[in-house]
Amino acid sequence: MQTRLHINGDDHQLDADARTTLLDALRNHLGLTGSKKGCDHGQCGACTVLVNGRRINSCLTLACMHDGDEIVTIEGLGAPGRLSALQQAFVHHDGFQCGYCTPGQICSATAMLEEIEAGWPSHVTSDVSGKAELTVDEISERMSGNLCRCSAYPNIVDAIMEVGKGRRG
Amino acid sequence: MTPFDYTRASSPAEASRLGREGATFIAGGTNLLDLMKLEIMTPDRLVDISRLELDGIDRTGDGGLRIGAMVRNSDLAADAIVRKHYPMLAKALLAGASGQLRNKATTGGNLLQRTRCYYFYDTAMPCNKREPGSGCQAIGGVTRLHAIFGASEHCIATHPSDMAVALRALDARVEIEGADGAVRNVGLDEFYRLPGDTPHIESILAPGDLITSVILPPPEEGRQTYRKVRDRASYAFALVSVAGRIRMEGGRIARAGFAFGGVAPRPWRDRDFEATLEGNEPSPALFERAADALVANASTHGDNAFKVPLLKRTAQAVLTELTES
Repeated sequence: MQTRLHINGDDHQLDADARTTLLDALRNHLGLTGSKKGCDHGQCGACTVLVNGRRINSCLTLACMHDGDEIVTIEGLGAPGRLSALQQAFVHHDGFQCGYCTPGQICSATAMLEEIEAGWPSHVTSDVSGKAELTVDEISERMSGNLCRCSAYPNIVDAIMEVGKGRRG
Repeated sequence: MTPFDYTRASSPAEASRLGREGATFIAGGTNLLDLMKLEIMTPDRLVDISRLELDGIDRTGDGGLRIGAMVRNSDLAADAIVRKHYPMLAKALLAGASGQLRNKATTGGNLLQRTRCYYFYDTAMPCNKREPGSGCQAIGGVTRLHAIFGASEHCIATHPSDMAVALRALDARVEIEGADGAVRNVGLDEFYRLPGDTPHIESILAPGDLITSVILPPPEEGRQTYRKVRDRASYAFALVSVAGRIRMEGGRIARAGFAFGGVAPRPWRDRDFEATLEGNEPSPALFERAADALVANASTHGDNAFKVPLLKRTAQAVLTELTES
């Protein structure tokens, strides 16, 4: 199947079996190995990428369903020497141990902060019709789709909190 | 995954036609692709309906709400009308899955997600839902997640959706476009079939039937909420859940609408529970009587016996929350 993907600002033409997930297309066909395969069943979040600005599990979607879509992976968020604010904050707060979940954590957090800014409520927002605050509980709940088996959660939350607060000025 | 042909539908009519020819619809794909990877579902043709223009959330003429089948769970939970007038629906959606999954999962797909019964997922085990007639290993097996209402001797799996529980309590209707182009709508109570001796047939949908929207009646006065009890604080399926709404009049419960999740093959509703409440002044004794009526016909299977007291307590806690001043 021919699929046109717009990834990190570049056009890519993918020729792959219809069964190819977006994650496998990125890693195995396009050489973008920043996105990680953890569980391959949407449970761990290591494969999180942004599609048209939204975070999704790239393991649970077919590449051919994303013809023409705008995709951003960890490689597109920043690189050594020009890290994104969240990448910098993860380094500063030591928000990882083995690092395997980190690309997914950072992609997820990037979109999650946008969701809070857009006023989306969460399971822990006391009044769903009101505005959510940037709290540890909110960050933990909204990031529950990203597992860290090293349990670096406290530092991950600190990193996200720093960037979130900076944005809110 | 086993190989399949992939087609993107350009209209609901085209999708329905392909569906009638045996194709399987894919929208968000978060459940279907998981099941395809495990070869629990092995469609030979997929029809991508994710780009059909069924993604609006619009007021209906009578003041209700029409939710397009392709509306993402995250968009529905963030919708201002839903948050203000149907908060139990926003809460139920936000209690389910993760941020990433809610960004993909659709309204129609959420209704049609399959059970998370361990035996349905384990292809080395017999399962009447996965392989009709092969038997049920859940009965007599590990049943922590399993049903206490509506099950049969052939299947005791539960429906896993949170969203559907709130929709049931809100008297939602499902609009369906048939392969012949005719549009009909059915209440969520009629939409899901109980397992009986055909647990592989989960809804009234016929081949080619496409869910086009879910319709909510106009919002009612009163309070409502959704409470979910699970093994983890986030990102876990319900052990039990309660979607409830109550309208008070002159110190008495004028109207109660409740549905229960994690306890049955479909969102469970019990008219005796509601009838016990209606017309009466709220009190702990009344709530206990209603909860007793609710579980009067519960049938447990070993491990899941805890769901009876847990459901009673959760229902009583929700009743207290919705009626306290």
